[in-house]
Amino acid sequence: MSAEPAAVSLIVSSSPHAHSGASVRRIMLDVIIALVPALAVGLYLFGWNALRLVVVCVSACVLIEALCRKAMGRDPGVGDLSAVVTGVLLAFNLPPALPGWMAVIGCVFAIAVAKQIFGGLGYNPFNPALVGRAMLLVSFPVHMTTWAVPARLASVLEPARTAVDAVTMATPLGWAKTSLSAGNALPLALDSVATAWEFFAGFKPGCIGETSGLALLIGAAYLLYRRCIGWQTPVFFVGAVAVFAAILWRVDPARNLHPVFHVLTGGVMIGAFFMATDMVTSPVTRAGMAVFGAGCGVITMLIRAWGGYPEGVSFAILLMNAVTPLINKATRPRVFGHGRRK
Amino acid sequence: MSASKPKLSPNVGVHPAYHKEATSAKPIEVMPLPPLLRVSMSQHLGKPALPVVKKGDTVLRGQVIGEAAGFVSAAVHAPTSGAVKDVAEAPTAGGIMALAVDIAPDGRDAWAPAVEENRRKRADLLARLRDDPAAARKEVVAAVADAGIAGMGGAGFPTHVKLSPPPDKPIETLIINGAECEPYLTADDRLMVERAAEIWQGALIIQAALGAKRVRVAVENNKPRAAAAMGAAVADSAGDCAVVMLETMYPQGAEKQQILAILGREVPSGGLPMDVGVVVENVGTALAVRDAVVNGRPLTERVTTVTGPCVAEPKNVLARLGTLYSDLVAFCGGFARPPCKIVSGGPMMGLAQSGLDVSTAKTTSGLVALPRELVGAFVSMPCISCGRCVEACPSGLMPCELSQMLEAEDYEAAAGCNVADCIECGCCAYVCPARRPLVQHMRRGKAWVAAQRRKP
Ligand code: SF4
Ligand code: SF4
Repeated sequence: MSAEPAAVSLIVSSSPHAHSGASVRRIMLDVIIALVPALAVGLYLFGWNALRLVVVCVSACVLIEALCRKAMGRDPGVGDLSAVVTGVLLAFNLPPALPGWMAVIGCVFAIAVAKQIFGGLGYNPFNPALVGRAMLLVSFPVHMTTWAVPARLASVLEPARTAVDAVTMATPLGWAKTSLSAGNALPLALDSVATAWEFFAGFKPGCIGETSGLALLIGAAYLLYRRCIGWQTPVFFVGAVAVFAAILWRVDPARNLHPVFHVLTGGVMIGAFFMATDMVTSPVTRAGMAVFGAGCGVITMLIRAWGGYPEGVSFAILLMNAVTPLINKATRPRVFGHGRRK
Repeated sequence: MSASKPKLSPNVGVHPAYHKEATSAKPIEVMPLPPLLRVSMSQHLGKPALPVVKKGDTVLRGQVIGEAAGFVSAAVHAPTSGAVKDVAEAPTAGGIMALAVDIAPDGRDAWAPAVEENRRKRADLLARLRDDPAAARKEVVAAVADAGIAGMGGAGFPTHVKLSPPPDKPIETLIINGAECEPYLTADDRLMVERAAEIWQGALIIQAALGAKRVRVAVENNKPRAAAAMGAAVADSAGDCAVVMLETMYPQGAEKQQILAILGREVPSGGLPMDVGVVVENVGTALAVRDAVVNGRPLTERVTTVTGPCVAEPKNVLARLGTLYSDLVAFCGGFARPPCKIVSGGPMMGLAQSGLDVSTAKTTSGLVALPRELVGAFVSMPCISCGRCVEACPSGLMPCELSQMLEAEDYEAAAGCNVADCIECGCCAYVCPARRPLVQHMRRGKAWVAAQRRKP
């Protein structure tokens, strides 16, 4: 037997010579897997409309990503699946009835403007899906806040639906906000435990992927198990929303929603577990993730309580994205051998 | 005293696949003398030794063939008896060229008379260490320096330097490092299983030389046989001696991390273990110290784990220093399939080799041949800020941030973020999903800082 290796073929590179096997593609695949339960609920509630938007957004994002990279002379680079994740997340943040061409405009902003202009995955300071959504909200405010009634909406919302509009209706948040600003009392139905469970399960109007906290939590559990997200971000996000809402509610229960509803309605769940945890645009340290999550929660509640929009999750996360580099600097770990140990 | 419960490390690091099963149950095999030994003058950290033999000389085993070039250097001895064929530059595992003495063994393997003299001279040294340690200490340090011993865990720091702490740094604790946290390697594991009593005797000699009150033998809890053997050896000793079980986690074998795990003390940045009253010595080093003091023998051989999926018969090999890697591999049945990477040392911190024309040194703990599927080409991508490297870094650095600074050649910023505190353990690059060459960047940063410090 020979001890002569084919010397020419030996790789000589810097240590380490072992790798965990983790890859960007695998992380993105995990995120996609984690979004499946919420996708299933979206399809169940909104049917063909939801499917249509998800397909449109995913194909548009992948295509635009490939075109941009080609135009910039880089390899197509869609193999990392990040454009698929952006497509699904953008679709999840759209009302089910939105016209497809509008969604495509959202995709252009998400991929071309928010991501590729900055240099592609890793260089984008803002969450691409949220930039896409924010642009759509500003450009098409009516379409973006008109909600088709889910085919299988729970009975609790029946009275509201018939009273407000037979075909479309606001999300519970928008509905509460309109009601409050018109000087009316809050709809009592929102205070029952049964409603809370129905909201948690997903039986409420809203964006395609945001309605079911349960489905999102199942996906999030998978991401935590796969160590793709840190628990600090969502826990501090949801915690901050709950605490803030609880204070408002204690001060004036008649004019403020119960904290449980603040957490379960709108985009808090999807925002906390899937948007704020986007690796590229959130801090790298555990302490930073906590600060980031708490900041998102507080800003969300400031917008919900005093802002012009009924919902504030997207803008809250985008604002925190902007300060992520600062949070990273402020939460650098203590270096071994520096400073005192107790 | 017996093994205590596993202690947690600073709980920072990674859990690589260990693959130790290929050799962990295999007794150490003595390799017959190869036709040629190429003994490098640069087997340790510090100045290379100066050759004192020339082509045509005949040498005896244990004869000095390279003298230490100053205090931080180590002598080199003939690993067997034979003829000096050449004194010429040869590649080292580190990829640089250094003078090496080629010896053709004569097959007699005859020891130099100095070895027997030393043995007799040191016959009562153990007793004197017990009775009058202060006077005998110097003799131990001299014996260790004579024997050319250098840290056998991989760093290769000359041992006599470690055993000579300045008077203002009293040593309280000696740690005998048997963690062997690198994947694949089992040389230290086997040494502990097979030669625990001798290792322990070496540890007691070092303890006496340092005047240390306490001795701890550190073993990771994935080596129960080694821990049991060392526990039995330690059991009869009086004083504060114990085997401590460390949680299996890379890099538990790194000095500073190990001191923190066992004693809760943190070596200050830029400092040495002696700054917190500790000296850490590898188990192989302890054995070499014992051999020098008890048998008068200099360091002429060591155990190297020759392993990896490409090696036909992975083994723990006791081979003479200067054994060519090609001979080592041949002794292990050659390659079962073509290797794609050959690593001198362990896969986390070892050095990739461009061929097998390098020879074993005092630091060669292993030779690992890896196939394409484990080390195949990959592309490095931009950082996706996943934070995994930050979480894995035992030094508390932010490798992602540092690597971006260094890529942009902003060395000042990297220095300000303590790149000099990187121990090059490789945990960051091991976990990085974007496959960034983080350690390579850190090395560049550290080199820059070192160059700045040398400037007046
Ligand atoms: S930065 Fe240095 S010390 Fe930290 S994990 Fe990477 S190699 Fe190890
Ligand atoms: S592990 Fe790699 S991708 Fe993740 S933050 Fe560190 S350098 Fe960036």
